[in-house]
Amino acid sequence: MTDSPATKGEDIPLEIHDLTAGYHKKPVLWGIDLKVPKGKLVGVVGPNGAGKSTLIKAIMGLVPPSSGWVKIFGKTYNENRRRVGYVPQRESVDWDFPVTVMDVVMMGRYGHVGWFKRPKKADREIARDCLDKVKMLPFAKRQISNLSGGQQQRVFLARALAQESDIYFMDEPFAGVDAATETAIISLLHELREKGKTLLVVHHDLPTARNYFDQLLLLNMRVVAYGETEKVFTYELLQKTYGGRLTILSEVADAVGQRAK
Amino acid sequence: MNQQRKTLAKRGLGAVHALGLLAVFSLLAVEPESAWAAKIGDVAEETSLGQQALRFFSFRDPSVRYAVIGSVLLGISCGLLGCFIVVRKMALVGDTLSHAVLPGVAVGFLFSGVSASGLFDWSFDVANITKNPALIFCGAVVAGVAGTFLVNTLKQTTKIKEDSALGLTLASFFAVGICLLTMIQDLPTGNKSGIDKFMFGQAAAIDEDDIRLMLAVTLLIVAVVFVFYKELLVTSFDAGFARSIALPSEWIHHGLMLLVAFAVVIALQAVGVVLVSAMLITPAATAYLLTDRMHRMLLLAVGFGVGSGVLGAFISFLKPNIPTGPCMVLGASALFAVAFFGGPRHGVLTRWWRHLSRSKRVQRENTLKALFQVLERRDAEPEDSVSLKELAERRRETPDEVSGQASALKQHGFVTLHEEGKKILFTPSGWQLACTIVRNHRLWELYLTNAANIAADHVHDDAEKIEHLLGDDVVRELERMLDDTTRDPHGRAIPGFADIHKPFTPAAARPSGYGRNL
Repeated sequence: MTDSPATKGEDIPLEIHDLTAGYHKKPVLWGIDLKVPKGKLVGVVGPNGAGKSTLIKAIMGLVPPSSGWVKIFGKTYNENRRRVGYVPQRESVDWDFPVTVMDVVMMGRYGHVGWFKRPKKADREIARDCLDKVKMLPFAKRQISNLSGGQQQRVFLARALAQESDIYFMDEPFAGVDAATETAIISLLHELREKGKTLLVVHHDLPTARNYFDQLLLLNMRVVAYGETEKVFTYELLQKTYGGRLTILSEVADAVGQRAK
Repeated sequence: MNQQRKTLAKRGLGAVHALGLLAVFSLLAVEPESAWAAKIGDVAEETSLGQQALRFFSFRDPSVRYAVIGSVLLGISCGLLGCFIVVRKMALVGDTLSHAVLPGVAVGFLFSGVSASGLFDWSFDVANITKNPALIFCGAVVAGVAGTFLVNTLKQTTKIKEDSALGLTLASFFAVGICLLTMIQDLPTGNKSGIDKFMFGQAAAIDEDDIRLMLAVTLLIVAVVFVFYKELLVTSFDAGFARSIALPSEWIHHGLMLLVAFAVVIALQAVGVVLVSAMLITPAATAYLLTDRMHRMLLLAVGFGVGSGVLGAFISFLKPNIPTGPCMVLGASALFAVAFFGGPRHGVLTRWWRHLSRSKRVQRENTLKALFQVLERRDAEPEDSVSLKELAERRRETPDEVSGQASALKQHGFVTLHEEGKKILFTPSGWQLACTIVRNHRLWELYLTNAANIAADHVHDDAEKIEHLLGDDVVRELERMLDDTTRDPHGRAIPGFADIHKPFTPAAARPSGYGRNL
């Protein structure tokens, strides 16, 4: 990545400009502007329906944006996709699927392996190391349906670790996990940050958000505030984020959605 | 690591086997036509089942050969793709696709009557109509793709949900297909062979051209599944993640649907439109019940598909009037039933049997515990006898009931019975087990009251269940966590190592065979 030092914004892990995105032409996010510096652990906080997951999906192109752009280290998502790791919501998959814990973690290597090729021994070693980091190595050969919620989340985390990325997007990694897993996850996130990785984590629990994250992104269909946690975690800003949905925006969104049908 | 390499090797081996099999069959297929009868039905003049089976499985007759090769090929292609359909929860999509191809089959059939002598100089002659596999294939695939397209359009442009869109498409395409087929049947041409078999299938109608097409499609499917295994796996498991690593999930989905359409079309001749989706779903669902690894599921599904396919062809060889499709599907469903009832892990009967033997064991252990408690209350030695009456009182049951339990213990060598079953004596192994159970019970009570702060009068019922489940590891863990394991919360002694391994002093009245250790 050092071959073109002139490229603008190459040291900025994530830059979003005027991003509007939503489902079925009904916008959920409006004119998002965001610039996340390297090595930060950023919590994305907001009420239900604020578009937290949509933001992550829009960044990765899973939800098509209707305007604006997203740059990962100064390039488009697809150009830099190998530098991106993703932890989807645990409920988004069928845990009865006939694969083992190891198989799932190996999927984290698929982006590096490429088409037509099989994962190599080195990939397996990496996957094992990642499983070990989340203390799930003894479960490597288990079928995934025999796992508890916390263990499932650790498997997803191990898969993201196996992606060996520079920026991570995590959708509610703390949802429905036991206290031990929550502690394990947060220390892992801190460890990643120490290594200079950038992390954007959707979180729904306000009290812990204050302690867990360096920076907070208060989101409610638009960016209410973004900055260092101690500066953003104020009564006024939280009131602004949570105190009733922004009625005018959601009404306009409804109107736009109806016209699209 | 070794294990993983082995698994990889196995997967490779499986594919090599499949390819080898295909090669063998392709050689068989191109062997010149022999003088044997051209139709399965015509060769079934042997009367005994054994003779007929010998004739069938010796593959002397080309028609039998074609039927069997065709069944094997459709078993492979349907089994492989069926697995992905099952884990992607698209069974209804497969069903719709299989019905939607029917109008295409009819149009493809009619199209063989069209001859083009120039670019715009086309003529249609009913007399020219033949069963041209390539034309039928193309027509069917186009119809299948059109059906899928209709489902997607309905889903995206209206508020109709997927299930209704599928049902609607299935029915309308099928109706068009039946009308067209009926029209073809009424055409004044004697060359309608095979077309009427597309409804319920007839393996005997498969000829050399069909086999070539089936072989090509099956090879394509095997190759695609082998080459794109990891892409298919990850998009099936977690489509969002797959797209985040820039895999074109949508295109992979469409590609898979196209392959399913191919598989459906080559299977049509043998299985028929109505039941072809069962050959996609049933073998794969059977495999899904039996394993929880995707590559094993693929191999099993291929095995079940091939097995039921060949079985179906054989039955319709014996009884040419029965269409092949239902026979194959019956075979596949029978395999499913076997897996459902007798599967080693999730089978209904297996679970029932496991439950039964567990409750018998619990019953035995409870009786042993009662014997222990009777002795304990009398402050007696392990070698002392317990009367049937005492045991009945302790268990709060009738003497008849406990006498049955006592003889069950005797069968397992835990006790010996004396004085016509009125007196019960422990054997050393019975005494050891009784001590262990009582120890488990009391240790657990102690743990609940000490470590979990549960009141002493609340812990008995829980311990009643746990005592039968505690393994050695957990017991050792409990011993480590509890400082003093001499007395339980109710003040009774917890049997320790010394009690369990107390040497049995031989009693004078001991009959021969006493102390038999199992």
